[in-house]
Formats: sequence, C-alpha cells, structure tokens
Amino acid sequence: MEQKTKIHAEEGKQELVITREFDLPLELLFKAYVDPEIVAQWMGTKVVELASKNHGNYRFETSDATGKVVFQANGVIHSCIPNQKITRTFEMENAPFEVQLEFLTFEKLTESSSQLRIQILYKTVELRNQMMKMGFAPGLNMAHNRLQDIVSKLK
Amino acid sequence: MNLRRDVFQAIADPTRRAILVLLASQSMSAGAIAANFDSARPTVSKHLQILTECELLKQEQTGREIHYHINPEKMKEVADYIEPFRKMWEERFNKLENIMKAYKSE
Repeated sequence: MEQKTKIHAEEGKQELVITREFDLPLELLFKAYVDPEIVAQWMGTKVVELASKNHGNYRFETSDATGKVVFQANGVIHSCIPNQKITRTFEMENAPFEVQLEFLTFEKLTESSSQLRIQILYKTVELRNQMMKMGFAPGLNMAHNRLQDIVSKLK
Repeated sequence: MNLRRDVFQAIADPTRRAILVLLASQSMSAGAIAANFDSARPTVSKHLQILTECELLKQEQTGREIHYHINPEKMKEVADYIEPFRKMWEERFNKLENIMKAYKSE
C-alpha cells in the first residue's frame, strides 16, 4: 500500500515537510484543524483553548488515566485563512525545546479529496533531528516522565 | 571537520546514497566502487571515508585490497529514524480522516 503520509526532511536543514492526501473535501479537512472538539478527538488531547483566527492562540493539555497532566503545549496562531492556510507556532511547556514555526497549507485536489502540507521550522538542525528521533510533534500522547527518560538518554 | 559525523549528513549526498545502493548486494573494493562513478577517484575515496566514519560502511582487509561493505545495523538505525515519526503522523491523520468521514455522513 502506498504511504499516504510523507515526510521530507532534507539533511542539514532545520525544517521538515509533512504531506498527506485526504479522502475529504477541503472544507472538512480544514474544519478538523479549527474546531476544538474535533481537534481534541484526533489529537487525543484536551483542547484548553483554540482561537483559529489572525493573532489567535491555542493550548493543549493531556492527562493520564489518573488525571495527572502529562503534556502541555501552546502556540500563537499568527494567521488563519479559512480553507487555505494556518501559520502558527508550537511550544511544549516544561520541556527543554525551543518554539517551532509551522506553515500549514490546505489544498483542494478534487471535490472529495484534499491535501495538507505542513512545513515545520525548528531553531536548529540538531533540534529538528532530535524531535524526529523522539517522534515528537504537536499533541503527542507521551507522558512527561517518559519524555524525560528519552531526553536524558540522548545527552 | 566534524569528529563525529552525522549519519544523516552522510546520506544527504546523492553520490553517497548511490554508493550505499551499490554496496547493498555485495562488498566491493574502493577501485571497483569508483569505476561506477564519473567522479574522480579521490572524490569517491572521500565519500567512502565519510560513510566509514559514520559507520554506515565497514572496511575489511582482503589481501592487499580493502573491501567495503554495508553495516546493516547502522543502516537500520537510519531507516528507523524517520519511520516511527512518519507512522505517528500517519496514524493521527488516519484518525482525522475517519472522524471527518463520520462527521460528513452525520
């Protein structure tokens, strides 16, 4: 089966590009990114705040089974053009990683399919590689102590 | 010069990737490898040196010649690097797609 999600990470660059085609009309794909309830469902995190507009912001919080918060992240939505693009930052809280800049481009392919392209810019090449090694990305369901384990192993 | 070369820096170069492909099926001497490329011999040697430094290739003395062969473990490490990251996104996007398909039919 062809891989629907493609990662392009050129060596020596502090960015990576994720592309994915969806069997969804453009409007539905975009909605999945701006509707807080829907975002919570597929990201598997609590969406504390999500203001999808120019100069908007968002905040995610993930708890474990006992209710302990294990993951927190937030960002600023620099711009949001419906069904076209979202430009935002992402930063994990209580983690030793710098903020990253994300360009999300939504594109109509057919009436019933669409494509999403996410370009992520990291502060350094090393940080990008580290984030990829750890499988890091917005909203991951990773317990914070597990994160600490991995980070300490990398040192 | 980097003392510890980054594997991913090593595979960024198209010639070095071609060398890895070439060596995937058999071990070869530097001369035999160089014969497959238009680049000058010292250039190919430099590529081999880089690939060896980052442990993607291993050297083996066979009589007077040095043969190069792929280090499968290190190669696996490279393949493993992006794949879990990609899979995580794949799963997340599959979920998104399913949720929105259900949403559409509501």
